[in-house]
Amino acid sequence: MQATAEQIHKIAQEHLQKQRAYEKVLHVCFGPGCLASGSKPAHEKLSAAVEREGLSRKVLLKKVGCMGLCGRGPLVVVGDDEVFYQGIGKRSVDDDVEMLVEYLKTGALAEKLLMDGPEKGKKYTHMSEVPFYSCQKKMVMEDVGRIDPDSIDEYLAAGGYTALRKALSMKPDDIIESVKKAGLRGKGGGGFLAATKWRSCRDAHGSPKYIMANGDEGDPGAFMDRALMEGNPHLVLEGMIIGAFAIAGGQGFIYVRDEYPLAVQRLVAATAEARRLGFLGEDICGSGFDFDIRIVRGGGAFVCGESTALMSSIEGKGGEPRAKYVHTVEHGLWNLPSNLNNVETWATVPHIINKGHEWFASIGTAGSKGTKAFSLVGKVQNTGIIEVPMGMTLKEIIFDLGGGIPKGRKFKAVQTGGPSGGCIPADHLDKPVDFDSLYDLGSMMGSGGMIVMDERDCMVDVARYFLKFLVEESCGKCVPCREGVRRMYEIVDRIASGQGRSGDLEHLEELGKAIQLGSLCGLGQSAPNPLLSTLRYFREEYEAHITKKKCPAGVCKPLIKFTVNEKCNGCMVCARECPTECISGEKQKPHVIEQDKCVRCGNCFEACRFDAVTIE
Amino acid sequence: MPKVNLSVDGKKIQADKGAFLLDVCRDNHIPVPSLCHNEALGSDGRCRLCVVEVRRGNRTRMVTSCLFPAAEGVEAITQSANIALVRKTVLELLWARCPESDEIARLARSHGVSDVRYQKDNDKGKCILCNLCIRTCESVVGVSALGLSGKGPVKKVTTPFDEPSETCIGCGACAFVCPTGHIQMWDKEGVRNIWGRKFEMAACAKCGTHFAPLYQLEYISKTSGASMDRLRTCPDCR
Repeated sequence: MQATAEQIHKIAQEHLQKQRAYEKVLHVCFGPGCLASGSKPAHEKLSAAVEREGLSRKVLLKKVGCMGLCGRGPLVVVGDDEVFYQGIGKRSVDDDVEMLVEYLKTGALAEKLLMDGPEKGKKYTHMSEVPFYSCQKKMVMEDVGRIDPDSIDEYLAAGGYTALRKALSMKPDDIIESVKKAGLRGKGGGGFLAATKWRSCRDAHGSPKYIMANGDEGDPGAFMDRALMEGNPHLVLEGMIIGAFAIAGGQGFIYVRDEYPLAVQRLVAATAEARRLGFLGEDICGSGFDFDIRIVRGGGAFVCGESTALMSSIEGKGGEPRAKYVHTVEHGLWNLPSNLNNVETWATVPHIINKGHEWFASIGTAGSKGTKAFSLVGKVQNTGIIEVPMGMTLKEIIFDLGGGIPKGRKFKAVQTGGPSGGCIPADHLDKPVDFDSLYDLGSMMGSGGMIVMDERDCMVDVARYFLKFLVEESCGKCVPCREGVRRMYEIVDRIASGQGRSGDLEHLEELGKAIQLGSLCGLGQSAPNPLLSTLRYFREEYEAHITKKKCPAGVCKPLIKFTVNEKCNGCMVCARECPTECISGEKQKPHVIEQDKCVRCGNCFEACRFDAVTIE
Repeated sequence: MPKVNLSVDGKKIQADKGAFLLDVCRDNHIPVPSLCHNEALGSDGRCRLCVVEVRRGNRTRMVTSCLFPAAEGVEAITQSANIALVRKTVLELLWARCPESDEIARLARSHGVSDVRYQKDNDKGKCILCNLCIRTCESVVGVSALGLSGKGPVKKVTTPFDEPSETCIGCGACAFVCPTGHIQMWDKEGVRNIWGRKFEMAACAKCGTHFAPLYQLEYISKTSGASMDRLRTCPDCR
């Protein structure tokens, strides 16, 4: 079917009307975080209760994508911003569902399910009051968590595919010009100007031209692309179709990591729906432009997020990058002109077309325009997905949105850019988050993972963690990355076990430099970053491991010892938490930790409420 | 072929546009080391020994000379502190991986690497993963019996599923092209052993020498149309 503009408009209006017929619309978060914390059973019980209470004509339950505040899930939002409920079913699903039903029947707020404010007894009612949300500037994530991603009608009702129709009435050159003036830079890590790439690909000889979206999000602790693909798949499609029209692309591919089965399922369903209404396939919206998209599942290799390895993988070959002296916009997939952008970059395009490049360029900094989605995780109060204007400082993100560090502990560092990025210490918290500032700090924007660390995180251990990841995920094609990174890991592992030697740090720096200079692809060239950035900012911590054989953060097990001090009042809590039963002592008498049996798990330290357990 | 003007180590050179820098250097008697490059097979960019520095305008960057196309105005340097660092590092790392390889040890010493600072591997044999065997099998022999499996430190050259390959013809081209002598092949009592498979050798119709696997001769006959009668005679007696 080739739906006309009028028909599409009618579908959207009818859908809106249908929704307006309900008194209340409850958005239940079905993002990965909330699903893990139990939104599915909560939804089932709520749905059954609504039915039982005869409310089904008044109340609509909508399953939506990630709402962002994953650490407080499962989340339920009433209407657009009526009431914000969190932690549904954290204590008892039945009790919480009962409270929600009571609210639906009488309008009495379920106080217990509201989020606590900073002052005692003060609670937030609306989503827009919560700093986590009010400090954000949502663009690509705007409808994620609002619309049902399984329904194209929902997307159309939210204004979906209007940008495509507008773009199809423009000249391709004008679209590229608009994206250029907007200053859109690739959000997958490189930060390359999107319009420059599009222009080169359009001008390149060869047909068909391939248009690709990179959804192979592999950085540990990053899940914003997942939230986008699962929460609003049509936005990615729409951006790609517009791009394809501008570039004169003939076939599209979305490369999604297979570990995201829901994203794959949603994207496949979305392409079928888009095809049904004539947004994909032949003669798109009657414009004469043909373009279709296939979803390709990744094989599980981190390196396939690298552009040339990704193309190799789509071709059915092993995921190995190649040298890019001839650009992929000229010779990419199957040696034909190819344009690859990250899914978030594509999802930005409809906004630029609809609201104009001036609007887009007014957001952000001089060199980095628009917004960026991040996944904020680690030692921070509010964990989840955020989208902020470029140039917001790290401090604002971690302390205003993130709510600071839990348990009253001290901020130590934030890791940005995943395994290719680096750790940024407290001294640089006032630096703006944009492509160039982070690069200057020895880290990078990357795809948008942000891992916050506190004083109880050991930077040697952090470097070891990322190196281990990179050892396993190196594709193994070139020598410096395959052999060098594992040797780096061996040295750091030795330092963390108390076997560090003088000269190790200089050796690491030398090896790191050689890997940066000599590796074939961007991932290899940036593989030493987690180590070199921690060495740059936390050298004394490495030195403490090597010379004093101490781990100042109390993490590296061979270098620490737990003991009980005089503050112990003999409450026995630590003894109960000890997995090896190595804590002895009677009630109300100071306990003793038997060092031979202690496995240094730290349970006693975490359990003690009197600071009586110390780490040496 | 259009020509371009470039310079290598200050020497002015005219080369075919798009020719790889490594070939340009060697054609002009400027030595650049490499392990994974082969004239017949081209380049893959794996070993990283051939890196050189290229200056264009104010920008200097390290490039893989076996893959970098010659272009007008390129100023290349084949010796510098950074180039030496990468080459020495690569050789030390390969030496640690393949301590039994005399070829790697020789090359490492010649680049000033006197010793290995890492725990030496004992499970990788002499394989440096240059990929020459795989490329030979695929593009010269045309059977693709070999491939890479795994990634990272466990990556290796092997037959599919590590089982004796059904497509292997026992020609031994992989063993011939291997720069370190990693691939084991031996002929004994009319039988060739390679990649976990035994191949019956054909005896020359005239001199009786076991000169090639029967399987290989049949493959050549099939692909070239030459008769088996002719192929059964060894090249010396033909």
